[in-house]
Amino acid sequence: MTTSIGEAVGFWILGPVALAGGLGMVFSRNAVHSALWLVLTMLSLGLIYMLQTAPFLGFTQIIVYTGAIMMLFVFVLMMVGRDASDSVVEVLRGQRVAAAVLGIGLAGLMIGAVAQSVGVPLTTAAPTGSNVGGLGLLVFQRYLLAFELTSALIITGAVGAMVYTFAGRARSKAITQKERVADRLRGPLEKYGSRSGPGVFATADSVATPALLPDGSVAPESLSAIIEATARERLGHATGLSRPGDEHDTAAHSHHAERGEIQGSQT
Amino acid sequence: MNPLPPPGTPGYTQALLANDPLWLTIVKVVVVFALLLVMTLFMIWLERRVVGRMQQRPGPNWNGPFGLLQSLADGLKLAFKEDIRPVLADKAVFFLAPVISTIPAFVAFAVIPLGPEVSIFGHHTALQVADLPVGILVVLACSSVGVYGIVLSGWASGSPYPLLGSLRSAAQVISYELALGLSIIGVVLYAGSLSTADIVAAQQSGWYIWLLPVSFIVFAISMVGETNRAPFDLPEAESELVGGFHTEYSSLKFALFFLAEYVNMVTLSAVATTLFLGGWMAPWPLSLIPGVNSGWLPVVWFISKMFVFLFVYIWLRGTLPRQRYDQFMRLGWKILIPVSLVWIVAVATLRVLRNQYGTISAPVVLMVGAVVLVVAIVVALMLPDRAAEDDGTVAEPPVVGTYPVPPLDLTVPASPPRRRRSVAGSTAPETAAVGSGQKEDA
Repeated sequence: MTTSIGEAVGFWILGPVALAGGLGMVFSRNAVHSALWLVLTMLSLGLIYMLQTAPFLGFTQIIVYTGAIMMLFVFVLMMVGRDASDSVVEVLRGQRVAAAVLGIGLAGLMIGAVAQSVGVPLTTAAPTGSNVGGLGLLVFQRYLLAFELTSALIITGAVGAMVYTFAGRARSKAITQKERVADRLRGPLEKYGSRSGPGVFATADSVATPALLPDGSVAPESLSAIIEATARERLGHATGLSRPGDEHDTAAHSHHAERGEIQGSQT
Repeated sequence: MNPLPPPGTPGYTQALLANDPLWLTIVKVVVVFALLLVMTLFMIWLERRVVGRMQQRPGPNWNGPFGLLQSLADGLKLAFKEDIRPVLADKAVFFLAPVISTIPAFVAFAVIPLGPEVSIFGHHTALQVADLPVGILVVLACSSVGVYGIVLSGWASGSPYPLLGSLRSAAQVISYELALGLSIIGVVLYAGSLSTADIVAAQQSGWYIWLLPVSFIVFAISMVGETNRAPFDLPEAESELVGGFHTEYSSLKFALFFLAEYVNMVTLSAVATTLFLGGWMAPWPLSLIPGVNSGWLPVVWFISKMFVFLFVYIWLRGTLPRQRYDQFMRLGWKILIPVSLVWIVAVATLRVLRNQYGTISAPVVLMVGAVVLVVAIVVALMLPDRAAEDDGTVAEPPVVGTYPVPPLDLTVPASPPRRRRSVAGSTAPETAAVGSGQKEDA
């Protein structure tokens, strides 16, 4: 196998970056920073795949791992909160020892596998068909059973998580928006209904149109001496005011006397 | 110099672009970058004008002809504003987030074919920066990386509203990228290639919007969700979350977010054009004229098709209210994804049948479709109706105390008739300025 100069340069740039990402992930204190370092590693792995003339694999790596899976990680970490730190209490007895043994064992296996493959020359056979086609043939023909089993496993896991989440929760009927509105209108307004704001019953938005009080009568304060004097006179007569100019005091007083308890919110 | 495959075969554009000298690629990159910047400035102006028109007001009309320089002035103003960083912000990530969100938006445009083969200073090349064998995946990858900018900006701001915005954004992207990817699969199945140039070439006989209408609708909806635009602008919902993820950003960092949003809009419109509207090919009546699909003219077709999508973006914003979060998620997971899964199975079945039994003529497909439709309708009619929940009449809400509630049959008065727009120095008499309430009766 020969390596082109471009590939070598790319590898020696991206390899250390990927390694730095891994180290950063392990050593950074903040959980979100850890996740970001891991994103860096995955991006550089994707680029290395592209350098190795496997662009489909590279972009799938970026879309699936960086885009979807790490996004889920970040989502969960953000839900946990910025300042959450790891608990130092050992929940399971002997957990650390077991983790250390298993970790060292895994590292030994991987080093062994890599060491074995270094000496053996790689097969240089070109994949049948194009990049995507060759991959598709392998996944959907040769390894179809393994592929289907894996997907069944993953779906089982997802369904199981949902069952655990919703198990034991009574299936209550969701309240629709319509029911909520009707409830609010029928229920005691003093408790949780809000009173309609001024102008709800207005039929026009002109300044010349007088405001209406909740009982439908004209609010005298909204009549102006400057705008539309005729209309004001007409309405002034309708509300039973004798002199223009009196309306403020008389009307306000009479209103207070009649419906004292709701005036507070209306005037 | 690699030998070129014959024109029209898959991979031709790729080989053509591989022969580009370095200076030509740099020129193309600079032109695309400039195009996207200008499009952003223009789109901001267009959006404000069109939304203004829809809301019966003039919009920006003061700076430059038709107010065209308004967005330039706004951009300059943003650059000179103070750059504020909250005390609780995570310094590095706060700085990085706008950059992460902007760069992929530009990168994705590199795979868009703007036109066919042309000659630039004697070099035969295609109007496209790069054509990868997996071109359409570049768009998906760029959009999935770009969202990190939004998610991280909200987290790094160290304040609750942005965090809520970025949480929404993360969930939104995971949901809508699935629908986006699934809608692309139909196109890829028909074109037989992931390369954008090949997809355009495969639409020579007919655009995929007619062949794959369901894919197109799903793509169009999830495209709006992917760009965080109204009615799916939940991450920045200004009536709920102040400014969402960019609440704490100011100055050029805010400008970068703004830029990224508009560049994303332009890029995804271009992708939609490429996938479903035949890319740079001329629309039907024009395509009968010979020579209309060669040379530099197709760029015009491409840009005008792109503007159709961009206009719809603006139209949506002017028309629809923001969706509630649960409605939005339900639309994504319970409607868009199942519909696209069923659609892909149908499309794949049709493709396999066609490959196995030769060409299936259009009448056969139509007849099978009609039979399926009739069977579906018959089955739907045979299903028992859901029992009516109530008799349809809602009781008049009672008057509580002395406080009246509006009657259920309250008639809202009709809006006054729309007048001719006359912004400044109008010659028309201002009829509606005085007493519109009284004038309505007349």
